[in-house]
Amino acid sequence: MFSFESVKEQFPEFTYEAVDVNGTPGALVSNDDVLRVANFLKESGFLQLMDAFGIDRNQKKGRFEITYNLRNHKTNERIFLKVRCDEKYPHVPSLTSIWTGANWNEREAFDMYGVIFDGHPDLRRMYMPDEFEFYPLRKDFPLMGIPGSIPLPHSEDADRRFKIPDRGE
Amino acid sequence: MKETLEAETLKVEHHTHSSIPHINRPPILEALMSKDTTVSRDEDALDNEMVLNMGPQHPATHGVLRVLLRLDGETVINAECELGYLHRGYEKLAENMTYHEYIPHTDRLDYISPIANNTAYCMAVEKLMKLELPKRAQYIRVICCELARISSHLMAMGALAMDVGALTVFVWALREREKLYDIFDIITGVRFTVSYMRIGGMAQDITPEGIRMVRDFLDGLPDALTDISKLLHKNRIFIERCEGIGIMPPDEALELGWTGPNLRASGIASDLRRDNPYLVYPELDFNVISRTEGDVLARYFCRFDEVKESAKILRQCLDKLPAGPIFAHDAKKVLPRKGEVYSNMEELINDFMIVNFGQDTPKGESYFGLEASKGELGWYLMSDGSGYPWRSKIRSPSFASLQGLARLLEGAMISDIVAIIGSIDPIMGEADK
Repeated sequence: MFSFESVKEQFPEFTYEAVDVNGTPGALVSNDDVLRVANFLKESGFLQLMDAFGIDRNQKKGRFEITYNLRNHKTNERIFLKVRCDEKYPHVPSLTSIWTGANWNEREAFDMYGVIFDGHPDLRRMYMPDEFEFYPLRKDFPLMGIPGSIPLPHSEDADRRFKIPDRGE
Repeated sequence: MKETLEAETLKVEHHTHSSIPHINRPPILEALMSKDTTVSRDEDALDNEMVLNMGPQHPATHGVLRVLLRLDGETVINAECELGYLHRGYEKLAENMTYHEYIPHTDRLDYISPIANNTAYCMAVEKLMKLELPKRAQYIRVICCELARISSHLMAMGALAMDVGALTVFVWALREREKLYDIFDIITGVRFTVSYMRIGGMAQDITPEGIRMVRDFLDGLPDALTDISKLLHKNRIFIERCEGIGIMPPDEALELGWTGPNLRASGIASDLRRDNPYLVYPELDFNVISRTEGDVLARYFCRFDEVKESAKILRQCLDKLPAGPIFAHDAKKVLPRKGEVYSNMEELINDFMIVNFGQDTPKGESYFGLEASKGELGWYLMSDGSGYPWRSKIRSPSFASLQGLARLLEGAMISDIVAIIGSIDPIMGEADK
């Protein structure tokens, strides 16, 4: 059974905050530690990066949380690795160099929350158009969207043909 | 004079890099052109490198997938996918509705096997709420999931065969799926987007007629599979078009987060039904199919054999199906039966509270993933104690599979592209959420 204490044996100065994801072990680590911890986890068998995603905690300190969902396909264990960043400086290290699968997942988190992954090879929007200015999964983004943020197709011809008659006249 | 000079400089610049001019490139094209490639090629004397756009409206992309291809003659140097043409923001919607209200939305994710999505979501919520299902409900869920797997695999096999030119197989696979839709109609009341599962149970019990129809379907399935195998398995065109292309090495498949038949075709026999058992799978006898080649043909055969295993599981479930309730007992979390709502005060109150304000949910985080037809389909739910989830993250297998597509296309021919896309079986509703 994997425990984050084994990471501590490797790096004595490493600190983490244990997170319980309904029985599955998880750890919140600092941004400086995450790369070598992730490297260690991969070497200890967590080869599968199942998912990486953001969470908006809606708090001043550590507003965005990035969660990595890792699985060891030999022992069938699962762990969660978490990092946090503030709204003022939304930067976290990218884990693409360790698991190539982090590429799209981190792009998605960037697209939805505006978290910037330092060292990501190709940080573009995943789903939304490139020129979109907002981050839709942030808690302050309205559910209905922002009118006018995505331009609709427009042409003079269409205006003329589908003109809605003004009832006042 | 100045104008000609500028034109000259422009020309030199665009010759040194590639035939595509640099000015105002869209970001996706920039990403494609700056990507490394493993394809070795000769000095391009004719400079006939070109960029070809495929999709989003292309029949072989199985939905609205856009692939930008950089070609050297007929060889793909590298490729770049673009997603988001079917992005409906289901994760945002989930945060703004109760857990029950979200169930119909899960149908629209992997619309080829909606019933498995219902199950995955409901089980994730049940894990968060710590609900235990009665045995009969668990068996019915396994039956539904396996029917959905057969339905999805038939579609995947048929679509792959159609993409490489065997249209008959596609029609025959759809004929079998039509029978499955009739079964879903009887079991759930709906043919396509079923919304059958409820948190803590399911909408209604499976009827003897439903069981009889499943048995009839299982009796006819071996013949249908034999028909398909006779058309394909010794078919020179099919084999030669699928063999040895789109090879995914196992270590890369793991790193990309591949799951399901795609990963098993690369030689890693990983199956959540066996490895992290849920429902009643430990009581059932089945094999985990895996292949070592990792190419298009291996992925096809994986699916073909898994259909047989699913049929085996279904037979066992029908034989073992116990009698009993189909709902967990927890008045604050599980919707009461409609008959009770109209006659008992207590049930009426609970129904009102659950429908209007959502269930009593413990604070915390929870993750549950099950082996859907395309791989691990999971939900990460974060609750702040209210009736609405704080965060609901869909882990979709198609998203991970598509991430490997660019790797598979490197070095392939144009004609292989459709076969490779068909073999990883992406469903855009799921990949785009």
